[in-house]
Amino acid sequence: MPLTTNTILICAGGACISSGEESVKEALERKIKEYNLQDAIKIVETGCMGACSVGPLMVIYPEGVYYQKLTPKAAEKIVEEHLLKGRIVEDYLYKGDKGKIVPQPQKEIPFFSRQVKIATRNLGIIDPLNIEEYIAKDGYFALYKVLIEMSPEEVINIIKESGLRGRGGAGFPTGLKWEFARKSPGNEKYMICNADEGDPGAFMDRSILEGDPHTIIEAMTIAGYAIGASKGYVYVRAEYPIAIERLTEALKQAHEYGFLGENIFDSGFSFDIEIRIGAGAFVCGEETALINSIEGKRGQPRVKPPYPAQKGLWGKPTNINNVETLACVPPIIINGPQWFRQWGTEKSPGTKVFALAGKIKNTGLVEVPMGITLRELIYEIGGGSPTGKKIKAVQTGGPSGGVIPEEYFDTPVDFESLTQLGAIIGSGGMIVLDEDDCMVDVAKFFLEFTVEESCGKCTPCREGTKKMYEILEKITQGEGTEEDIVLLENLGNVIKDSSLCGLGQTAPNPVLSTLRYYKDEYLAHVRDKKCPAKKCRDLISYVIDSTKCVGCTACARVCPVSCISGEVKKPHEIDQDACIKCGSCFEVCRFGAISKVTPALD
Amino acid sequence: MSKIKSLEDLMKIKEETLKNVKMRESGKRGKIIVAMGTCGIAAGAKETLNAIVEALNEFNIDDITVVQSGCMGLCEVEPTVKVEIDGEIPVTYGHVTPENAKRIVKQHIVAGNPVGDLIVKQGEE
Amino acid sequence: MIDLKEIKEIVQETKKEALEEQDILIYTLHKILDKIENNYIPDEVAKIVSEELKIPLSKVYEVLTFYTMFSTKPRGKYIIRVCTSLPCHVVNGREIIQAIKEELKIDFGQTTNDGLFTLEESSCLGLCGVSPVIMINQDYFGDLTPEKVKEILRKIKGGEKI
Repeated sequence: MPLTTNTILICAGGACISSGEESVKEALERKIKEYNLQDAIKIVETGCMGACSVGPLMVIYPEGVYYQKLTPKAAEKIVEEHLLKGRIVEDYLYKGDKGKIVPQPQKEIPFFSRQVKIATRNLGIIDPLNIEEYIAKDGYFALYKVLIEMSPEEVINIIKESGLRGRGGAGFPTGLKWEFARKSPGNEKYMICNADEGDPGAFMDRSILEGDPHTIIEAMTIAGYAIGASKGYVYVRAEYPIAIERLTEALKQAHEYGFLGENIFDSGFSFDIEIRIGAGAFVCGEETALINSIEGKRGQPRVKPPYPAQKGLWGKPTNINNVETLACVPPIIINGPQWFRQWGTEKSPGTKVFALAGKIKNTGLVEVPMGITLRELIYEIGGGSPTGKKIKAVQTGGPSGGVIPEEYFDTPVDFESLTQLGAIIGSGGMIVLDEDDCMVDVAKFFLEFTVEESCGKCTPCREGTKKMYEILEKITQGEGTEEDIVLLENLGNVIKDSSLCGLGQTAPNPVLSTLRYYKDEYLAHVRDKKCPAKKCRDLISYVIDSTKCVGCTACARVCPVSCISGEVKKPHEIDQDACIKCGSCFEVCRFGAISKVTPALD
Repeated sequence: MSKIKSLEDLMKIKEETLKNVKMRESGKRGKIIVAMGTCGIAAGAKETLNAIVEALNEFNIDDITVVQSGCMGLCEVEPTVKVEIDGEIPVTYGHVTPENAKRIVKQHIVAGNPVGDLIVKQGEE
Repeated sequence: MIDLKEIKEIVQETKKEALEEQDILIYTLHKILDKIENNYIPDEVAKIVSEELKIPLSKVYEVLTFYTMFSTKPRGKYIIRVCTSLPCHVVNGREIIQAIKEELKIDFGQTTNDGLFTLEESSCLGLCGVSPVIMINQDYFGDLTPEKVKEILRKIKGGEKI
């Protein structure tokens, strides 16, 4: 029966969908039908393939040819040329460094070849909505092994031996967490999957839920068995509608096949999972706040102890694991703890998924062994700067993390090394910053986020972060003093020590770490009223170089406040008093005649 | 769908699905290329293609990829099929009717002997 | 007009779905929100939820005001959520915000006079690979430029399906 000669895997991750995947798929289907090839060519929508910067993406098998930056028109051409006539369409081939065409990048390009995929093993390979494809990739075999051949204690031991640590931020050993929940007295326990991914710049959890929802169902059921729970919840943020949709469908399939529900595999173990949807509150990613939110309350954190393992959801022992952590569980069960330990370092075994964003060429998701250096991650895999500008630092761990300057890029990426540098792995977001980014501005940016997201329950976080933000604002406006910098540091340390939950305790990190490495930038702002990166509006001016200006009038036309004057073909001038520093003229000048200067002109 | 209760049930689904998934992955012993230009299709290449896939299924062969290509430039002997086994000289066959397709699979792919009377070309252009 | 009978039915429906008694408040509110044109939960609806689920009205109100996805005031038919996180910020997210504000003549938290759009800030939407990104109701739009975003808004205004 199967007549399929070509299979098209088209990436239906959120990023590709937002850049037009659906219209590309429609064009493919239409054209394939036109040539009556619908029986011979199968289109499969997969999860995120990771190379989001060149999406929409697709791969045509059996040849394994990658096509990038697709449009409906490109899709039509590929059907006519590649599928019908067997000719590769070079215009849309995946291009590696220096624009060299690489038809099979998964073997040749470091972005693909340097990766070790465990948590993201099925992303871009299977159809997330087809449970049988998941089974074909050994899906639900780990569940069978656990339920039929192993005791809950044995399961916990394997996870403990593997050294798997929580991928959500804190890096707490997963096996220990399970053991606490197992040993906690009580007949009723709960297993929760934390899919409230909120750290700016991190999107691996979304990709896993969208691309391989069954792995989460399988892992949660395994964890449920290990801790003695019969009910699980996946708490997904409402910003991820596609993930919710696919998970809902996957839950339905798992029920049909008997992997959820009563008496799974005739083992006597029963388990069920429900989805709970967040409603837009960052703090709900904190586990006690998440529990409150599932209970239908405001998502405010609770005082710990008691920990969720003792008193969690509805006051019952509860275990909470993050999506990426859970995705590692089934392969560890099947292959054993030593298999997992072959990657990574002694204290941080295995792999970690990173989301590369910001001033980097290959934005997207990568899964690499722990212990890889930042340099390898950013330059070899990430491809370095897209513009050729000097990369200045990388921000890791979102609003709870810090910046790591370029000088430290030879540091191995593991939980301990990054903590030593004042940053954290966090959930794996890596935002690359270059010479145009002002560190004070970056710190202010994260503080603004924390002020917005603080739930308001405890004073240090509610009032303290607001105060810090105000000081940073003063500094970026050129009104700060050196005392302000001292105050900022003291305040940061107090908030760190006295806040109730992880959100407040880590909120000062972006400020403290930028102060640690870039104090000179802070000082330049307060002493010289200069912004070295020329980013802070109040400390810069736009000027026109009269020797370069040809008088094309492009800047004058685009200026929203009409503050640029000059005759055609004669050098123009900016009226500094009227200029609002929007940067429009700078963007539009084709002769490089407009530049930014700091400090601002009077 | 009846509920899955045993390892055998799981294995069955895995193998069935793998058969289909394998079709789209590389790393095979070789491939059969069916010329599917307009001329080929007009001469019945679609039926030939179906016959090849059916024959491969019948003999349980999963390490041969079936690929479509454009016109090979041998329009007078369409439908044409090229068999490329790793390490061997490619063989192009002409006038491949569904019956002939089955012979090619049986003799060339399974037994390793090219079908002499159908060969129109050996080696690359 | 909001059909209060229909709201009642939704609440009763969700009551049947959930296995636990108390945890369905947020879930129910999401379901109701899908049905209300102006993307908000009016007082009379909150009262029904409170009565049906036997949760004090104050608790319902507490939840409605805590989460950004809920509102007690009418909002536009389309809610534009602009990602204001760092990955979008460093790739000119500011210009996208400016373009939207110019096109719609509203600021964050405001609704256009025709009741079509409400502009809101959002935390990271997790699509940093194609930043800057916005979300309009349930749809994502990535790799935006000021021109692109204006075009999208004009299309919606023109009644086009997006």
